[in-house]
Amino acid sequence: MIDRARSFRLLIVPPLLEEMNRTRRFLMGTMRALDGHGIDSFLPDLPGTNESLQPFVSQSLHGWRMAMVRAARHFAATHVLALRGGALIFPNVLPGWVVEPVSGASLLRQLLRAAVIAAREAGRHEDSAALLETGRTEGIVLAGYDFGPALIAGLDSARPLDEGQREIRQSELGGAALWLRSEPGDDPAQAARLAAIIAAGIAA
Amino acid sequence: MNDNSDAGLRSVLGDVLGLGPVRTAALTAESPLLGALPELDSMAIATLLAGIEDRFGVMFDDAELTGETLASYGSLLALVRGKRRP
Repeated sequence: MIDRARSFRLLIVPPLLEEMNRTRRFLMGTMRALDGHGIDSFLPDLPGTNESLQPFVSQSLHGWRMAMVRAARHFAATHVLALRGGALIFPNVLPGWVVEPVSGASLLRQLLRAAVIAAREAGRHEDSAALLETGRTEGIVLAGYDFGPALIAGLDSARPLDEGQREIRQSELGGAALWLRSEPGDDPAQAARLAAIIAAGIAA
Repeated sequence: MNDNSDAGLRSVLGDVLGLGPVRTAALTAESPLLGALPELDSMAIATLLAGIEDRFGVMFDDAELTGETLASYGSLLALVRGKRRP
């Protein structure tokens, strides 16, 4: 977090799961660039991820939404920036920006598909529909994350919550989407562009 | 075939795997993918397929994602072209 008690205070709701790791450095760069524009910013860990002491298996989209509402209040956020799956859980009463929002079903499909492909490479047969059913009833480990049934069910039906926030497309940031990169990458030019869009929006 | 599938697929591969323009341009129909590129683990393949679905507005079934269709750049390109054909 970069807090110099300024009047514009941006809560950043990161992408979910693996995409969060892939965009971490990009978001750190964005926060530094925002600092240069005179904007404070806060990037809280979602419960069950990074430094959080809670187990991942007991998380749900509802719990993450509540945590982001609490974070917005705690940091006295005036604006919000949500990226990708962050759009499923951000406090949409705040004005702000949503970068390439994605449905929960689309994130889930990717995880299930990775499991199906990994099984195939190991000579086993799995199918997405059966894995999803297991996930919804008992929970399931996908891409190293221990999903409880609540999070699977939540993702399966969640739609982006944006309501009047400005949508930012990848093409406005230039370059390749960092959440797609299978290895975490960095792109200072994209971070600078995102910060400039936000600063211009706040000034307007 | 005169469509933009080839250029689009190269660009998605480059973006997802972080291949530089040289490696991306050097891909040929015979270039092996699954099991050959160290960057291409199962999560990367799933990410790649999601990137292709986004780029071309297509949707893959599990059943289409076999060792054969993912074996080489050429077989993946054929899968994409097959999907895009109305």
